[in-house]
Amino acid sequence: MTVTPLGIPRRLLEFTLDGEPVRAPEGSTILDACRSAGKDIPTLCQGDTLTPKNACRVCVVEVAGARTLVPACSRTAEAGMEVLTDTERARHSRKVVLELLASSVDLSTTPGVAGWLKEYEAKPDRFGPDAARLNEEPRVDNDLYVRDYDKCILCYKCVDACGDQWQNTFAISVAGRGFDARIAVEHDAPLTDSACVYCGNCIEVCPTGALSFKSEFDMRAAGTWDESAQSETTTVCAYCGVGCNLTLHVQDNEIVKVTSPHDNPVTHGNLCIKGRFGYQHVQNRD
Amino acid sequence: MSRRDRTPKTYTRLTHPLVRDSRDEPFRRATWDEALDRAARGLGSARGAFGLFSCARATNEMNYVAQKFARVVMGTNNVDSCNRTCHAPSVAGLSAAFGSGGGTSSYAEVEHTDLVVMWGSNARFAHPIFFQHVLKGIRNGARMYAVDPRRTSTAEWAESWLGLNVGTDIPMAHAIGREIIHAGLENRAFVERATSGFEEYRQLVEPWTLSLAEKVTGVPAAAIRELAHAYARAERAQLCWTLGITEHHNGTDNVRALINLSLLTGHVGRFGSGLQPLRGQNNVQGGGDMGAIPNRLPGFQDILDPDTRRKFESAWDTVIQPHYGLNLTEMFEAMEEGSLRAVYCIGENPAQSEADSEQAVRRMRALDFLVVQDIFLTRTAELADVVLPATAGWAETEGTTTNSERRVQRVRAAVTPPGEAREDIDILCDLASRLGHDWKYADSEAVWNELRSVSPDHYGMTYERLAEHQGLQWPCPATDRVEPTYLHGRLWASDPGERGRRAPFGIVAHDPPVDLTDEEYPIRLTTGRRLDSYNTGVQSGGFASPLRRGEYVELCPEDAERYGVAVGEEVRVSSRRGSVLAPVWVDTALRPGLAFMTMHFPDEVDTNQLTIEANCPIAGTAEFKASAIRIDKLPVALQVR
Amino acid sequence: MDLHFGDSKPTDEERAAVDALLGPPESSWEGADRSDADLRWARGGREARERRDLLLPGLHAVNDRIGWISEGALGYLCRRLTVPPAEAYGVATFYAMFSVRPRPSTVLHVCTDLACAAAGAPELCAGVEARLGPGSGVSVERSPCLGLCERAPAALAVRAGDPVRTAVSAPATVAAAVLAATAPDSAPVEPPAAAAVPQAGRDGLVLLSRVGVVDPSSLDDYRAHGGYTALRRAFAIGAAGVIREVTESGLVGRGGAAFPTGRKWQATASQPDRTHYLVCNADESEPGTFKDRVLMEGDPYALVEAMTVAGFAVGARQGYLYLRGEYPRALARLEHALGQARARGLLGDDILGQGYSFDIEIRRGAGAYICGEETALFNSIEGHRGEPRSKPPFPVEKGLFGRPTAENNVETLVNVLPVLTMGAQAYAAVGTGASTGPKLFCVSGSVDRPGVYELPFGATLGELLELAGVREGLRAVLLGGAAGGFVRPDELDIPLTFEGTREAGATLGSGVVLAFDGTVPLPRLLLRIAEFFRDESCGQCVPCRVGTVRQEEALHRIAERRGAAAEPDIALLREVGRTMKDASICGLGQTAWNAVESAIDRLGAYE
Repeated sequence: MTVTPLGIPRRLLEFTLDGEPVRAPEGSTILDACRSAGKDIPTLCQGDTLTPKNACRVCVVEVAGARTLVPACSRTAEAGMEVLTDTERARHSRKVVLELLASSVDLSTTPGVAGWLKEYEAKPDRFGPDAARLNEEPRVDNDLYVRDYDKCILCYKCVDACGDQWQNTFAISVAGRGFDARIAVEHDAPLTDSACVYCGNCIEVCPTGALSFKSEFDMRAAGTWDESAQSETTTVCAYCGVGCNLTLHVQDNEIVKVTSPHDNPVTHGNLCIKGRFGYQHVQNRD
Repeated sequence: MSRRDRTPKTYTRLTHPLVRDSRDEPFRRATWDEALDRAARGLGSARGAFGLFSCARATNEMNYVAQKFARVVMGTNNVDSCNRTCHAPSVAGLSAAFGSGGGTSSYAEVEHTDLVVMWGSNARFAHPIFFQHVLKGIRNGARMYAVDPRRTSTAEWAESWLGLNVGTDIPMAHAIGREIIHAGLENRAFVERATSGFEEYRQLVEPWTLSLAEKVTGVPAAAIRELAHAYARAERAQLCWTLGITEHHNGTDNVRALINLSLLTGHVGRFGSGLQPLRGQNNVQGGGDMGAIPNRLPGFQDILDPDTRRKFESAWDTVIQPHYGLNLTEMFEAMEEGSLRAVYCIGENPAQSEADSEQAVRRMRALDFLVVQDIFLTRTAELADVVLPATAGWAETEGTTTNSERRVQRVRAAVTPPGEAREDIDILCDLASRLGHDWKYADSEAVWNELRSVSPDHYGMTYERLAEHQGLQWPCPATDRVEPTYLHGRLWASDPGERGRRAPFGIVAHDPPVDLTDEEYPIRLTTGRRLDSYNTGVQSGGFASPLRRGEYVELCPEDAERYGVAVGEEVRVSSRRGSVLAPVWVDTALRPGLAFMTMHFPDEVDTNQLTIEANCPIAGTAEFKASAIRIDKLPVALQVR
Repeated sequence: MDLHFGDSKPTDEERAAVDALLGPPESSWEGADRSDADLRWARGGREARERRDLLLPGLHAVNDRIGWISEGALGYLCRRLTVPPAEAYGVATFYAMFSVRPRPSTVLHVCTDLACAAAGAPELCAGVEARLGPGSGVSVERSPCLGLCERAPAALAVRAGDPVRTAVSAPATVAAAVLAATAPDSAPVEPPAAAAVPQAGRDGLVLLSRVGVVDPSSLDDYRAHGGYTALRRAFAIGAAGVIREVTESGLVGRGGAAFPTGRKWQATASQPDRTHYLVCNADESEPGTFKDRVLMEGDPYALVEAMTVAGFAVGARQGYLYLRGEYPRALARLEHALGQARARGLLGDDILGQGYSFDIEIRRGAGAYICGEETALFNSIEGHRGEPRSKPPFPVEKGLFGRPTAENNVETLVNVLPVLTMGAQAYAAVGTGASTGPKLFCVSGSVDRPGVYELPFGATLGELLELAGVREGLRAVLLGGAAGGFVRPDELDIPLTFEGTREAGATLGSGVVLAFDGTVPLPRLLLRIAEFFRDESCGQCVPCRVGTVRQEEALHRIAERRGAAAEPDIALLREVGRTMKDASICGLGQTAWNAVESAIDRLGAYE
């Protein structure tokens, strides 16, 4: 008979991080090791529930002997590796990547980015007033969520969450190429003509607010969105017997957003349409 | 194609108690004191003819207090909940085989199994996040088989979909069992050591040759054979089912027939191998675990066991009736007979969720006294004498619920309830005190700790540990360790003593659906859920789902052509019990003679006027999945709308 | 998979195009009429999902027949292959040769890239566009390099139908290009491949020895000229022996990266995962490169034989030949050659009675430079967008379909034949110590005899240009293509070896030698290079996706500026360029700044 797999203990690798010897379990990424060591490296396309796509390149670090910089989020640590996270070369690339993004994309709702722009002394304006931008209008084609691709950094996380990593609905893909590449459903149709099942698992992973709850979008437009005034309470969804954990984001006694803990054994951060959006009935108060 | 705007009725929250002085009068607003006094009077005078409908959506703590209210305050075991309308057969079948009514595996095991059978389950729609675990399994290399009359979204993921006739699950299961035996693929070691009744089972299934099964189920023999071999040869296999198995007049037999396959192959009691009934409500598992069922005390302990009774009698300082109470179905029958005169209905909507709903409404109208406690003025509440506004279990209450993998998880209050709405437990305690039982619970944790003290399977689950582990699965007898994720590992123990009671094969026979199709009612109607809606739609109607298009009777293209009806066209759908008007939708997942509806929009199309109240004699669940219907094109004059 | 299909239906023609590739659908779930059996039992799952790699051929089938890919056609193809329509749409819109909007059935691709630009492409384009306006039934599309640089300016007409018709017009005049587009069947026949080989027929050639000498359609003629002796030797010395010979020959990849071929083969062959693949990268798209086309058109069996040898060495039973979509004649020659080789038992089971089975499938690219990147090419074959993967893992470990894969360029593979027939030592004696063997160079631009030249490694740039008849007024030479770099007319003594160019701060790349005189201003050429990279960036990583745009914008700003006026933008270019080089995922982004940088630093383009 088979036994419960307890997980085979992972062997530890030794390498150096900014000159300091560190040990990390085999299979860890450089980013994992950096975070264990308390080093902060900016990330945008990395997500704790997804396989790293390493598309944004804001987390690049220097590895001795490597011709180019390497993405900390996806490069696995190797024994004897010498990793330098804070060299002029790495900082330069991070700065320019931030500038390239900020000069073409609306990062106003991307958490953390304002701090990094400052930290790296990035000057997105230096590409001039005519620098090409995405110039997309928010797409409001349903009552549940909004796609504002002017804020999209093309990190692929929504595509991966909708695709084979979680939802397996494959409603969206990257269409087109280069600077004209955009996240789109087939034939760039409205969401309502697509395979979308409105699970909102793409919103959950979106790092920039390009995808947002309609409730959040409307409140931001009205100037009433206030995260500091919101409480987060984790409870259990009532719509079926699976027992998904819901984190209710409540502002002024109204549920304004629903997420799920990414480390939850039932959901791994994912929900279905009912769990994510089916809360309105409790606040139909009059 | 026209997409008419058919926005479902939106319910607003109840904010204060309602009473009425006679059934002819409308409700009027009342104070809590008046409402509770009236409720206490009405219930108190009905001792001996009382039944309590508890809520499979409320917390464990509420269910614990509710069943205690029935047993201690009202002195009856007549307590049940809507698990009766869905998974009672799973509980009955599993406990008959293994002595415990929970699913035997955990979600994570589906990710590490080799084969998944989804039988009578459109989990992709009804249990989307469970299905993500199945998808992980598929991506990890597991093969999935789907047995379902419709080629559902779930079935579209399958290596092989077997589109059987509605109500022929036992022939299919028996033929698989026979094929496994004839191919020599049964797990001899397991059958001999851990099961009983194999010889009888062998004889039972012997007539079910593949060709006979093909004739009865409609599925090619080769497909059945392939599934039989795949299931038996898999090193690990999960057998999952939902209401396609249980919502039949012989639902428990169906469950037993599936369990037999796991016994035959040893696909139970191991990591990755097991049985998973997928529960329909957030706490349908917990409601039963808490004793809100007529035959079990909290911790799923049998009422007929004198030691158990004694333990509870001393804990509660009461006398417990030494016999089973009436289940939901039997309570409705007792209403008909007149032996049940008062009902306290918490969070249920039987006026719309019961099969043959017209009959259910008529029976409730005939009650002497009906108290309904809910967050909305549902159709059932509209029938009541007293309506008590409650809090929403999942967002306004502290407590726990138990999911399909037996995981007890914390529920927390995130928003303040509207108006004067109060928590179920507080209301129950106030009523109890008016009826002479002064219960004091400081909070839900106090209730939980009382439950822990009487239920060994829950003893190890303190609130603190539940938070720390993001939920714990029962059994959890100790506060310092976590048990395996699967049940019944004992069946594999080498020591016969440790192995315990052998799991008996279920000797169950095929019995076709009660509501036969004939020339007058030629179409088999089956029911199910849609992705964005839930049960009677009272909750899910509250958000603007872009997927929702209201209720339709779904037909296959061939039938639509035969009856000369087009998508969107309203038709009359009639069964031997009633008839409704519904627009037509065409779905290629159906085949000629098979139609599909849901019960999500009862205010618009009351599907349960069509369904049959043919109940499973063991579990009491009705045959929602099989009615015989007729489609009539409307006369031209009626078509304008 | 529970896929969602819209209401659009394929036309009969579209359905026929897909069915011609895939065969008729087997069940109603795949698009056939509904049958009783379908409604009782459906197969699907893994097997259905594993047909994804037929997506690109399917898109070609529809595009070839109809000229564009409609919603109905895409939906039908997706249904047949169990591919989500959104993903298929993402793939279809990735390639320049496909259109998801209606367009005329004939497309005329007019090359506007470096060699053609220097040979009058702007005027050609303007003339053609004036003649073939709306209603002409022809859509004129400006194209990156068509690989016809020796006959610049070039145009390629593709007329959809059954079969699809193509016509090349090069060197093109407005009248000739219009004729090719409006009547591809009556356009003049292309000159033979040998016309692109000024040395054709001369003694001493190794790689080009058969071009213009053998009938490229005749397997017997190939064998009469030494064909299949290398494969016989390979069987005689065994797979390990082949790898040893190739290693000792010092052969390195000719696609641009110069990785030792023997090491790559050894690494692939030694992987414990037993399904190995061989992939021939014939997606020759580097502007200025056309040597692989000439080899495939002029001596196709050599590539078939070389792939068979390589497959044998690395333990592959299946080879894929990923051929650039703009090479219709190479496609025809190779398809014919594969058919002949199969008919004679030189492909398929039990080749030469040696118990080795191997076959080759051609997969056509569809207009994406990035697919020449080795891992992007895998994704393209697998039916995904042709986006590069991050490395590690390297292809030898996880390549095509996640299996160990040896991927080699056409020229590299063809070099294996002389390695085996001459022996490693004799082969290594050609060229220099570090760069062994013969090398093909694509010379075009300001020369009298443009074409493919074969020289042993070690010849100087000057010697090569001399051979090609360099014209007066040489202003600059672009070595290595758009991803390479410029050198000055006073640097002609640079030895054409990997080490020699590296020492000179240049790169040999894929062997491009593009000579420019002063007729086209350097900043215009640089702008064309920048446009090329902007157009061809896949868009996956930020440095390349946005960096190539910012580079083009800056070059645009300084197109007419010099000296101090250009200085701030040059500083900006350096910063962006450095980041593209350092932080891009793949070689495209990493080299997108090379040529511009060299033009600034070496040629003083803005001084």
